[in-house]
Amino acid sequence: MDQHQGQHQEHHLHLPHGPSEPTHHEEHIVSPKIYLIIGTALLIFTGLTVAASLIDLPGDLNAVVAIAIACIKMTLVVLFFMHVKYSSGLTKLTVAAGFFTFIVLITMTMTDYISRAWGRW
Amino acid sequence: MDSQTLAAQTAETGHLEHGDHPPFLRHHFENVPQQREAATFGMWLFLLTEIMFFGGLFCSYLIFRNWYYPAFVAGSHTLHLWAGTLNTTLLIISSFTMAMAVHASETRVRKALMGWMIATIILGCGFLCVKAYEWHDEWVEHHVPGLNFSPESFLHGTKDYPDDKLPLDMAEKTQVYYSLYFAMTGMHALHMVIGVSLLTILLIQVYGGRYVNGHVAPIENFGLYWHFVDIVWIFLFPLLYLISRHQ
Amino acid sequence: MSTIVTLPDQSTAQLPKVSYLNKEYGLKSWLLTGDHKRIAMLYLISITFFFFIGGAMAALIRMELLTPASDLLAPDSYNKVFTAHGIIMVFFFLVPSVPATIGNFLIPIMVGAKDLAFPKINLLSWYLYIAAGTMMISVLAFGGVDTGWTFTTPLSTHYLNTHVITAGLAVFVAGFSSIFTGLNFIVTIHRMRAPGMTWFRLPLFVWSHYAASILMVLGTPVLAITLTLVVLERAIGIGVFDPTKGGDPLLFQHLFWFYSHPAVYIMILPGMGVISEVISNFSRKRVFGYTAVAFSSVAIAVFGFFVWAHHMFVMGISNYSALVFSLLTMLVAVPSAIKIFNWSATLYKGSITFETPMLYAFGFLGLFTIGGLTGVFLGSMGMDIHLTETYFIVAHFHFVMVGGMLMAYLSGVHFWWPKMTGRMYPEGMSKLAAVITFTGFVLTFFPQFILGYLGMPRRYAAYPPEFQVLNVFSTAGATVLGVGYLLPLLYLTWSLKYGKIAGPNPWQATGLEWQIQSPPLTENFTETPIVTHEAYDYEWLESQKPSEVPTVG
Repeated sequence: MDQHQGQHQEHHLHLPHGPSEPTHHEEHIVSPKIYLIIGTALLIFTGLTVAASLIDLPGDLNAVVAIAIACIKMTLVVLFFMHVKYSSGLTKLTVAAGFFTFIVLITMTMTDYISRAWGRW
Repeated sequence: MDSQTLAAQTAETGHLEHGDHPPFLRHHFENVPQQREAATFGMWLFLLTEIMFFGGLFCSYLIFRNWYYPAFVAGSHTLHLWAGTLNTTLLIISSFTMAMAVHASETRVRKALMGWMIATIILGCGFLCVKAYEWHDEWVEHHVPGLNFSPESFLHGTKDYPDDKLPLDMAEKTQVYYSLYFAMTGMHALHMVIGVSLLTILLIQVYGGRYVNGHVAPIENFGLYWHFVDIVWIFLFPLLYLISRHQ
Repeated sequence: MSTIVTLPDQSTAQLPKVSYLNKEYGLKSWLLTGDHKRIAMLYLISITFFFFIGGAMAALIRMELLTPASDLLAPDSYNKVFTAHGIIMVFFFLVPSVPATIGNFLIPIMVGAKDLAFPKINLLSWYLYIAAGTMMISVLAFGGVDTGWTFTTPLSTHYLNTHVITAGLAVFVAGFSSIFTGLNFIVTIHRMRAPGMTWFRLPLFVWSHYAASILMVLGTPVLAITLTLVVLERAIGIGVFDPTKGGDPLLFQHLFWFYSHPAVYIMILPGMGVISEVISNFSRKRVFGYTAVAFSSVAIAVFGFFVWAHHMFVMGISNYSALVFSLLTMLVAVPSAIKIFNWSATLYKGSITFETPMLYAFGFLGLFTIGGLTGVFLGSMGMDIHLTETYFIVAHFHFVMVGGMLMAYLSGVHFWWPKMTGRMYPEGMSKLAAVITFTGFVLTFFPQFILGYLGMPRRYAAYPPEFQVLNVFSTAGATVLGVGYLLPLLYLTWSLKYGKIAGPNPWQATGLEWQIQSPPLTENFTETPIVTHEAYDYEWLESQKPSEVPTVG
């Protein structure tokens, strides 16, 4: 069995790092303590966002604060509950690509809507 | 690096209780870590599609909130703040229980895994019950677009928000707010229903002995899905419920 | 040292005893297969079926347009016919054409894997395609849909009472078929490459599919939500696209084209991958500027997301945002042009032979260039205002999609036919078909550029009589084109039984797929391949003669 494994591995290991070799990031186990801290933080931020909405802030600040708090909560969920902090670079790149495309959809569509009312040239 | 060290390394990574080929290793993968990483990567790609799917709705929301802000304010005020806050709390706790379930699968503790999964299911169902109650409320008040909508209630203002008296044309625009409200919470609720159903199936499989023997990927990847649905709600809550509550 | 292709002595070639085709027998073994090659064959049959339905619709269109009056078809029926043609050709033929057939078959083999990452998802993808196709056929059977393949609001949401909901849902389901194919490819290419197969040793076919898959995964969901909103608006009356309720019909177009522009790159990129392989092989020369071609595929994918509103210049978007989109459209043409330059440079001083795949590739080079250049004309706002919604647009996209993509698809089918079936197609017949196709195509669509420039609107059953002559040319060409497409169906089917046996590497091509038997084994390789040489390394290949090219399995 050992010999067979050795032979099998040699084909694998002909080059020191095969391009698709696993990165082993997935095997890091996050401790429950971290989950508890993050969960509590999320609940606190929820309370914060409700409280902030009850206060009259100048201009559009209410919306900005609400979105900012939501973004912080999302970041906590993504990094810790979804393990992205402990994941491979590929995972991080994938998440970034998703957000980037979402931002492109929003901002480039908005270029039309915010400029429709501008003076005719 | 000599071949002995390399061999030792691979022995470490590829070796499991059942030997090099545990029963859940599919034949087209070389080893379990490769299979696990591929599965997680695949789930992340699927979540990207979900980001873009909800993205279209968020884009629509952004445009119409800009166009019809007073209608959006009035519409938002008719939602129950306690219900939204409760739902957000339930989902955050369910994300915590789901993360603990993944931990239990990783540490191979079957009873804990089942417990955390059951807790997640209960919290998810609780969310859906609150949502159903809210929707029933909107139906009763004639706020369901297309089916029984009437702008009547917005012409006079409410006792909590007396300033919510809108002129007729802006009152009619509240239908756009409710269209987006139902589309977004409806799509989210559909994802919750699918999630709870899948989790129930996984629970039955855990009861049958799976996912506590090194095969973590399905629980882990379902967790990713569940957290994603939670994130969608994290954004839906302030955008739908918390528009200008300070009056 | 000669690397010229000479077909090996066919009399000694033998079909292998066991292959993926005869490993198991029975309908269930095909309908429940996880084997990417069998799924590719299932797709091949299905999309051919839909191609001919879409082609029948095209025949009706061209017959109607022989005369200026709307005499063969009433205007409403004509609308249904061109809508069916568009939906079927775009969603049920072009989008899955190369990726789901040739891509499914070859990607695992080209990276050195035994299968795609998720075989069951692959099978699900085919079933979703069939479900969507069934829904679409039922739409046709029950009276059709006449919105145009673009489902423009408020026509689709309010002013029509045809089967918009079913058609919209059919496209929704087909979209998920596409998403799952792309997802599978991305994971396979990232995580399942054989030892030694670094990114820059991959065939350019794989790079193209990788780029197209990114578009499939990120773009298609937006189409899904858009169609969902249209369905909801029709079914229960929510008003996001309805001006009377405060909605904006233009929002639909933003969301629709956010997918549908990347969709055209989803359609063309896999075809470009085929062309890279074919041109390299039949010039016996590695692709010039491998890195540039690889990165340009990814650049097309990324930039393709920034230009969608060039489909909406006259629809009511603001001039300022139109300007931004117009500038970005100029940018997106650059990577495509880079590829054309690199392919041309590959041909230079190569040992060129004119087998059928190469004939189609030459057709691609010329026709895609014309189509692409006319796209640049359309991208400039001033020109577009005159040319939009005319036959110029129709000619432009048929040049890139049919003259480009369909020719690339046929090139690929012919090039890899020996690998997929173990048989050669009849070379004389296929060359004739290629020439007929090219001639028919130019005769059909070149007059349409002129028609569009002169002002003939698109999607009209009746037109002013002064346009008739050019329309007659176009219909005559369409008849020739139809013959050109029918011939491969006939001789490829014939070749399954009577074609010459191909052997593992009839083209003396490089690439892992040519080092295994034809047709391949179910598990592709008998032992994990170890890659030590670059892609398109014809010198390495040459140095293997006279001893056989090493086979892996």
